[in-house]
Amino acid sequence: MELMVPSPAPPLLEAHGLAYARNDEAIFGPLDFALRPGEIVLVEGDNGSGKTTLLKVLCGLLAPSAGEVLLHGEPLTLARLSHQVSMLGHLAGLKLELSVLENLRFAIGLGGIRPGITPLLALASVGLDGYEDQPLRTLSAGQKKRVALARLLLVPSALWLLDEPYANLDRGGIELVNRLLDDHARRGGAALVTSHGAYAYTSGTPRRLALKHPGAQP
Amino acid sequence: MKAGTTGAACTAVLVRDFALVWRRRGDALNPLLFAIIVVALFPLALGPEEAVLERIAAGTIFVAMLLAMLLSLDTLFRSDLEDGSLEQLVLSPHPLALLLACKIAVHWLTTALPLVCIAPFAAELLHLPSPVRPVLIAALALTTPLLSLIGAVCVALTMGMRRSGMLLSLLVLPLLVPALIFGAGACNAAQAGLGYAAPLLWLGAWLVAALVVAPLAAAAALRISLT
Repeated sequence: MELMVPSPAPPLLEAHGLAYARNDEAIFGPLDFALRPGEIVLVEGDNGSGKTTLLKVLCGLLAPSAGEVLLHGEPLTLARLSHQVSMLGHLAGLKLELSVLENLRFAIGLGGIRPGITPLLALASVGLDGYEDQPLRTLSAGQKKRVALARLLLVPSALWLLDEPYANLDRGGIELVNRLLDDHARRGGAALVTSHGAYAYTSGTPRRLALKHPGAQP
Repeated sequence: MKAGTTGAACTAVLVRDFALVWRRRGDALNPLLFAIIVVALFPLALGPEEAVLERIAAGTIFVAMLLAMLLSLDTLFRSDLEDGSLEQLVLSPHPLALLLACKIAVHWLTTALPLVCIAPFAAELLHLPSPVRPVLIAALALTTPLLSLIGAVCVALTMGMRRSGMLLSLLVLPLLVPALIFGAGACNAAQAGLGYAAPLLWLGAWLVAALVVAPLAAAAALRISLT
């Protein structure tokens, strides 16, 4: 009897010759990579090397100037994005006037909820139990980041695009991000994480994608 | 994995925006106060002569209300842009036009509806003859949502700019003038004892067209300004 070799999972996200230029000035690229379920890829690069722009192109907020992005093997369009991508940017997208719980409820209304989790459970797992009724403006920058991480846990997305998730976080917070990423990979999710290098995803040996400014010397 | 329904997303936007207006209710009262002050200053400046006030009442109320709304337009998407919520809206799996329509609805309900509600009081201040008052309210009820919708498209277009207040006024005012002419025209016709149905019906037709087109246009404009 022939041994069945399991075919590798199809890539969640693929980029072919992806490049972005603003006003004819190349920001990054061309890049080729694939992201399979269970993979965490660390995007490294200096300030201004186009890490944030890359994430924006990958999630469809910006149109690439060359190349293409495939999501589950099909070209990316905003209409097809559906609930497969969660983006955590420099701007958390949280409302200062609302309480922590109200912010999370809004995210659930917009993106749906992963089965088996509640806002309170998500808050507990990011170390914010007891803060649910606090207005967001009374929280510190690191705590706001943790609220944004709780939102990632709640919304059912297979692909996480995290832009500098370690910024503003204390040592425990950095470990928390790594733990969340590990859990996400174990569930079959994938993530692209940018970092300017000071802190990084440490568990295992994540793949690294180095971004260099196209004009820079190698 | 369970994705939310579009209905749930619209409800979430409505609930959040109402909650935000309630938390910033002091700011929400600004347009109302502005309109009352403008209307109250006219009799002081022109003198209390009833004939003069009657003549200018409808037009004055219209201009005051529309300018008051213009004041509040810039805030429609501004805070969402600044804290990144707008990106989350754009990236959500639901039709952006529908979510924006919800935001526009909240804007109309919280800034324009109070203005329409104080219109009878403003009409009393300016001695607008009582048979004309229902026409004034009907015309305002048709014109203000039109302004919310047209304004939303213009706000979405100017979103990419830091200080867009001036440009926004320049964009909105020409689009607004026909609505003003027809709305105030209906009141003037009613005051002169003429038929006023035609201008109101025109306004209604525009409103229906804007209800369909404006959210789609706003969504497209927003996508362009975000890039």
